[in-house]
Amino acid sequence: MGGQGEGLHAGMRAGAPIALASLLLGASFGVLAEPVMGTVAPIVMSAIVFAGSAQFGALAVLAAGGGAGAAVAAGVLLNMRYLPMGISIASSTRGGWFRRGLAAQPLIDAGWAMSHRGDGRYDVPYMWGVTAVNYPMWVGGTTLGVFAGDLIGDPDRLGLDALFPAFFLALLIGEASGRRRGWVAAFLGATLALSLAPVTPPGVPVMAGCLAALIALAPAGERAP
Amino acid sequence: MSASWATVIALTITTIATKAVGPIALGERDLPGAFTRVIELLAPAILAALIVVGTFADADGDLVVDARAAGLAAAASVLAVRRNWILGAVTAAAIVAAAVRVV
Repeated sequence: MGGQGEGLHAGMRAGAPIALASLLLGASFGVLAEPVMGTVAPIVMSAIVFAGSAQFGALAVLAAGGGAGAAVAAGVLLNMRYLPMGISIASSTRGGWFRRGLAAQPLIDAGWAMSHRGDGRYDVPYMWGVTAVNYPMWVGGTTLGVFAGDLIGDPDRLGLDALFPAFFLALLIGEASGRRRGWVAAFLGATLALSLAPVTPPGVPVMAGCLAALIALAPAGERAP
Repeated sequence: MSASWATVIALTITTIATKAVGPIALGERDLPGAFTRVIELLAPAILAALIVVGTFADADGDLVVDARAAGLAAAASVLAVRRNWILGAVTAAAIVAAAVRVV
């Protein structure tokens, strides 16, 4: 278990800078959610749904006067990428079905990408570590936003919506550097997502972007399409 | 039950299921090499898609160039100079995006 503890601690250290972003983004969720969902529901949502993009997406539907069905549909679509991400970590999880399913619950975008160790392997305890420091910040940030919304004002004014694209860019550079196919997959994924964004519901573009990974099936040496 | 609470409960269940289905269905079995190679490229593909959607799509999915694009450009500049300075890149993005909105 020594190796597992090491991964967990390394993940917690590496996750610290993102935890700050989670705090700020969680606060902006709280600020935006409180007028729509009340005081308790947004905090409970952050604690038990714990999926930023799905929460923002569902909130946008509710804020526009949509019903629960439409809000859930938006959230489910935004979470669809967890399906391929869960499949990717499957062979790195251990134990019976319950333990495997449980091991995947701390899955978040950043921790998942950071725990990639090449050869299709993932350091799952490292991913847990990243989430362990992010979870309290996300929930705490939401609480802060719910109660201090009047002081914070419009969160976008602070540029908080630019935080995660910047962070994902840093991860992408680390992930793709030195691998031509990595950059090709990134370019194709971005192109697919952007071309679908105007015509599909939110969530579908990112999910479709992951199809770009299929270029790995092209014979080696051949130029990818 | 209000729409908010129904949403919270339904999204909790679906999120747990979406994350768990891969590890539960695939188990510990060895996967073919081609599968591993596809998984290798999932991270760059999904990260790139998250970046462009988070930067260039508005709430309706329409493509726009706004303060977020300036923020991303600032982050890219920081990373071009110091590849691993994630905190610097993220901070620069927020500051530049906020500054653009003030102007």
